[in-house]
Amino acid sequence: MATTETAVRVEDKLFQNRYLVDAGRAHIKVRPHTTPSPALKALLTTCPAKCYEMNDKGQVEITADGCVECGTCRIIGEPSGDIEWNYPRGGYGVLFKFG
Amino acid sequence: MIDEKFDAIVVGAGMAGNAAAYTMAKRGLKVLQLERGEYSGSKNVQGAILYADMMEKIIPDFREDAPLERHLIEQRFWMMTDNSHTGLQYRSDEFNEESPNRYTIIRAQFDKWFSSKVREAGALVVCETTVTELVQDAYGKVIGVKTDRGGGQIHADVVVLAEGVTGLLGTRAGLRKIPKPTEVALAVKEMHFLPQEVIEQRFNLKGNEGVVIEAAGTISKGMTGMGFIYTNRECISVGLGCLVSDFQSTGVSPYQLLEKFKSHPSVAPLLEGSEVKEYAAHLIPEGGYKAIPQLYGDGWVVVGDAAQLNNAIHREGSNLAMTSGRIAAEAVFQVKSRKDPMTAQNLSLYKKMLDDSFIMKDLKKYKDMPKLLHIQSQNFFLTYPQLVNKAMENYLRVDGTPKKEKQKLTMKSFVSARSWAGLFGDAFRLARAWR
Repeated sequence: MATTETAVRVEDKLFQNRYLVDAGRAHIKVRPHTTPSPALKALLTTCPAKCYEMNDKGQVEITADGCVECGTCRIIGEPSGDIEWNYPRGGYGVLFKFG
Repeated sequence: MIDEKFDAIVVGAGMAGNAAAYTMAKRGLKVLQLERGEYSGSKNVQGAILYADMMEKIIPDFREDAPLERHLIEQRFWMMTDNSHTGLQYRSDEFNEESPNRYTIIRAQFDKWFSSKVREAGALVVCETTVTELVQDAYGKVIGVKTDRGGGQIHADVVVLAEGVTGLLGTRAGLRKIPKPTEVALAVKEMHFLPQEVIEQRFNLKGNEGVVIEAAGTISKGMTGMGFIYTNRECISVGLGCLVSDFQSTGVSPYQLLEKFKSHPSVAPLLEGSEVKEYAAHLIPEGGYKAIPQLYGDGWVVVGDAAQLNNAIHREGSNLAMTSGRIAAEAVFQVKSRKDPMTAQNLSLYKKMLDDSFIMKDLKKYKDMPKLLHIQSQNFFLTYPQLVNKAMENYLRVDGTPKKEKQKLTMKSFVSARSWAGLFGDAFRLARAWR
């Protein structure tokens, strides 16, 4: 029996996690752009928390509240200057219960 | 503000940082350890397997009170297609020994325990504090750090960078480069809770026995990657990782891939009815020997994942992390005891000691593997698993076809998929990278 591709909402997964959101101080920023670079587009699918989304103007935006701080977007997007990446302030961000 | 000067500042409280801080504090050095998480472990993600031998070299009696899940008595390797797997399995009662060799652990719990030992040894451990900058003097020597707590600079003779695979400080200060997408894998993982008895029945275990399953094949859709299933006491860690460069070029989402792995007919029955309590993601250094950066300089050393010290072939990382942390600490202690300054030349002792350890010997042995698996990922993760599984099916299905004909068909399937030259070439390249 062949398995079928299951549609999954990453939001449901992130709902299980604990976070302390540092409101108003996003630790990752996307450089303003009109058309997204290939690196930025790759983040739409590669970010494991689906923090990157395309807005209706075709630009890539980030909402870092569900970020699991893996650093994948930094590896892809920082060298080209597409994103600015920092750790959250001490104590903030994802708080793994198990890790 | 902390205005005293320390012998050493350790940045990060994962395996490498805790090992370094513990070892230096135990030897009487004045140590400050800074961790951005709420406690040691709250930002740390691993499968996770603990290797006892390396832990014993740091805390010999760790088994007395460390939170351990199950000791491993069985390892299964699965070569997977979409609806089958061919397995290699090793189980031994020898692993039910007085002092078992490998355990599953839950990092948030284990690291919290490890950190309590670091404090007991006399180090000052400050959590919820992100180090924002390395402080360097006019000659580039690292002399301390700045944090997001304000209060200016904190000074030390040496800074141990145990900042993890995505460590910012060292890369920002130009001490090493940020890893390339081909040098790191992104792994996603879920914690599936089930009653203890259910886990023991499903995996054929009793007491604290545990199993590890490592799986590769079409589950990674031709990307260089692997899935894993680890049994903990009351939960199962299920995850999957592939090179970031592969995720980037294929546009496959890591969580979709994990869902597919979980719904595989060989995996789904193991997880049925479980409650998922956490979803985590983490990068794993995969560049191997050739990706190891400069490991020391004036006033600093780098240890663990930040130094790319990970054996991707054997899935060993935390033991290399804790061992590099311990060795760096011993090197710092030796320099300090001779009352010598923490110059690059003196701290090169760390690299020398690391070269003599299993860490560099193992990583050197597999120096060509990352490239081979990356370039040939389609063959190793798609073509061969499909060929092998088809051959197994052919071998086992009894349908009146004469055996000689079946063998011929199987042989033909290999040759037409890879050609004779391809088959011999793959075998030769694999053997050479493995030796």
